[in-house]
Amino acid sequence: MAGLGFACLLLALAVCAYGIGASLYGVRSGRVEFSESGRRSVYALAGILTVAMIVLEVAFLRNDFTFNTVADTSSRTTPALYRAAAVWSSQEGSLLLWAWLLSLWSSLALFLTRKRLRDVAAYATAILLGFGGFFVALMVFYANPFATTHPAPPEGAGLDPLLRFPTMIIHPPMLYSGYTLCTIPLAFGMGALLARRVDADWIKAIRRFAFAAWLFLGAGILLGALWSYSELGWGGYWGWDAVENASLMPWLTGTAFLHSLMIQEKRGMLKVWNVSLALATGTLAIMGTFLVRSGILDSIHAFGGHTLGVPFVFLIATLIGGSIYLVVSRRDMLRSEHRLDSWLSRESIFLANNVVLVGLCFVIFWGTYFPLISEAVTGQEASVGPPWFDRYTVPLALILVLLSGVGPVIAWRRATLANARRNFVVPSVCALLVLGALEIAGVTQKPLAIAMFCCAGFVFGSIGQEFFRGTRARRAMAGEPAPLALLALVRRNRRRYGGYIVHIGIAVLFVGVAASSSFQHASQLGLSPGQSTRVGAYTVRYVRPTATITPKYDEAHTGSTLSLGALLDVSEHGHHVATLNPSEGFYASQEASQGTVGSLIGGQPVSHVAMNGSFTRNVWTAIAPDIETPALKRIVSVGNSTLPAEDALVGIAYLARAYLKNPPPAQFNFLVSPLVFWIWIGGLISFGGGLIALWPAPSVVRRRVSVRSRARALRGLARA
Amino acid sequence: MNPSRKRTVRLVVALSAAVVLASALIYTSFSAASPALTPSQLMREAQPGRSYQLTGTVVSGSVHREGAVLDFSVEDRVGGTTIPLAYTGIVPDPFREGREVIVTVEKQGGRYIGERNSLITKCPSKYKTAPPSENQNS
Repeated sequence: MAGLGFACLLLALAVCAYGIGASLYGVRSGRVEFSESGRRSVYALAGILTVAMIVLEVAFLRNDFTFNTVADTSSRTTPALYRAAAVWSSQEGSLLLWAWLLSLWSSLALFLTRKRLRDVAAYATAILLGFGGFFVALMVFYANPFATTHPAPPEGAGLDPLLRFPTMIIHPPMLYSGYTLCTIPLAFGMGALLARRVDADWIKAIRRFAFAAWLFLGAGILLGALWSYSELGWGGYWGWDAVENASLMPWLTGTAFLHSLMIQEKRGMLKVWNVSLALATGTLAIMGTFLVRSGILDSIHAFGGHTLGVPFVFLIATLIGGSIYLVVSRRDMLRSEHRLDSWLSRESIFLANNVVLVGLCFVIFWGTYFPLISEAVTGQEASVGPPWFDRYTVPLALILVLLSGVGPVIAWRRATLANARRNFVVPSVCALLVLGALEIAGVTQKPLAIAMFCCAGFVFGSIGQEFFRGTRARRAMAGEPAPLALLALVRRNRRRYGGYIVHIGIAVLFVGVAASSSFQHASQLGLSPGQSTRVGAYTVRYVRPTATITPKYDEAHTGSTLSLGALLDVSEHGHHVATLNPSEGFYASQEASQGTVGSLIGGQPVSHVAMNGSFTRNVWTAIAPDIETPALKRIVSVGNSTLPAEDALVGIAYLARAYLKNPPPAQFNFLVSPLVFWIWIGGLISFGGGLIALWPAPSVVRRRVSVRSRARALRGLARA
Repeated sequence: MNPSRKRTVRLVVALSAAVVLASALIYTSFSAASPALTPSQLMREAQPGRSYQLTGTVVSGSVHREGAVLDFSVEDRVGGTTIPLAYTGIVPDPFREGREVIVTVEKQGGRYIGERNSLITKCPSKYKTAPPSENQNS
């Protein structure tokens, strides 16, 4: 089977080489059949990599430990669901996932543009196959997912317990879909420059893919944040870690691109800017992949392989150099067809939004790569922490949210005073109402958070007003009842109203971020059973310890051998609120040196967080039990010397009983975060809005067809 | 003012503003950054009152807890200089003796104090469980 997989990779490499040659020859010589053959090689690549992916997936599900990646990242005790997802937990497997998703998305993009933009698409085909070939070559020469060892080890090392969490199954494919989709605007942008066809056609062709990239990348980032909050023992959702930042940067430039491309479509302006954004987004996506793969920067997402640095630096340098050369050499073609009429217009608001987004991206870029910059400048590696990031990103985020409320209601070209009065009264009143309500509720500290709430109020007002006016107009025109009119309104203008829903979602998300980061109560301390502590308005009492020995499936279904926890009683003003049971799972390691009993719990311990959430606040608890007490250590060492491997669980049972009987103080981490739930709701709203905007409107398709057929009929008539 | 002159002025103003902001950003990044040091470098260079990012391996047998304070020592990756420090705040799950950690520390008198919640443990790998013999993250 491994042979088949590797043969697929070799074949894929050959297909990429052929496809690049064919499409370039086709577009240069004007022989369409070669360009088409190049396009079909992308479909072939998708087919071949699908087979390779299936081979690897089957090896994981069948516990075929002759595959090195299976032996390294899976085991018989890893639950089946997580075994299936373990494919992309290894360096090699995630490269295959990347290449596979790239081939699928590229096939879709090229299939949908097969009748348009032949020359641009031919160049894009070559570029996309170049990316595909690059990743396949990495697997062939550096990190082969089909490498084998004979004889196979009897058991694998198991999937890292930190990754045994449902969101971790879909987080990487989402993120990678986002990254790979980012390369499609890059490929078509470069194609447009190479083919010297820089009108809005290429943008129209890939608009949907740029949007899909934005949507998937955003969803991937949020899923990562959700995993961090609800699984890791630190209780945060964002830490300005290098790898997190790497995924945020292309998302920010992608957001800018989605807005500014509308200006090119409508007014033929900002051509240089748009094509540069498309190229930058694609390049940042590749750099993000590189950061994860290379180990060049310190990150909590530590990296297995560090052999991939040189090829990636080569690719990134080529991309940056090529982009700059193309934009500079084509600058005459990229002149704007119009000028900005007024600073008070939708164009200029979009421009401001672009400047803020790119500024944010620059801040994050600088902070992320600062260790390398500092080492190059001063010879001393140094890094900046979250406070530095917050200092710049918080004000920029405030401006951004405010602009997302202004943009939808300001007029194109030139806004007049009358227009301003008509559109801005309601949103401003909403913002003031929020301010007043906060004042009455006694929320007067944390001015930045209050400013964010007011900006969000402004957005709700402005978008709500747009929906209200649109619905009212439809009701007046078609006489439909309000809910139907609203539905019809959104269905008729999916892109516009989907976009508005995204704005609402983002505002909701930022309300959650501002509230949970500014008004959080935290407490970390050691407690013994019977003791209690106060966190914010809540009293948390450690009622009693809990222990479960679960050789196969623990309660959280993650495959831990031993799980020690605590029953906590949470009350507010003497009223019982919730009973929580946070625990820590201890996993088996494959280290014989830890002894028969010790190795059953010698792997990495992982927190299983317990939460009680509502719309307004979230009580979050995690425990780190102490199993290193002399009494417990003695049980392990006695067990190691007396119990054979098949009876080692008896030792764990003794350990658990001793822990329950005489529990040592455990370390707790308590958080009470207001409105944190709204971060995830905001994300969902945005995702829903994004799907609405992305969905092709059936009426538009029909209209396009009918317009085309009418044009054909007219031409026929003219000829006659 | 003619329109093209006006545009040039606008461009210059916008660019100057961007340059000023970028300079502020660059300046603050250098002044706010904490140098990343190994224990032996920290021993040589540490000045009281300044914060440093200490990177090294947790010494076996050095981890003790005193109430909310976690005491442990960090040594060079290849062994050698050892820095004992007192840390408060969140301890990540993968924290263990022998693991590589990054923690922001400050020298106060003769003691090293870890900044609250600054402890980061490099996981063996998000992407690959390193074989026990291999040095993690090397």
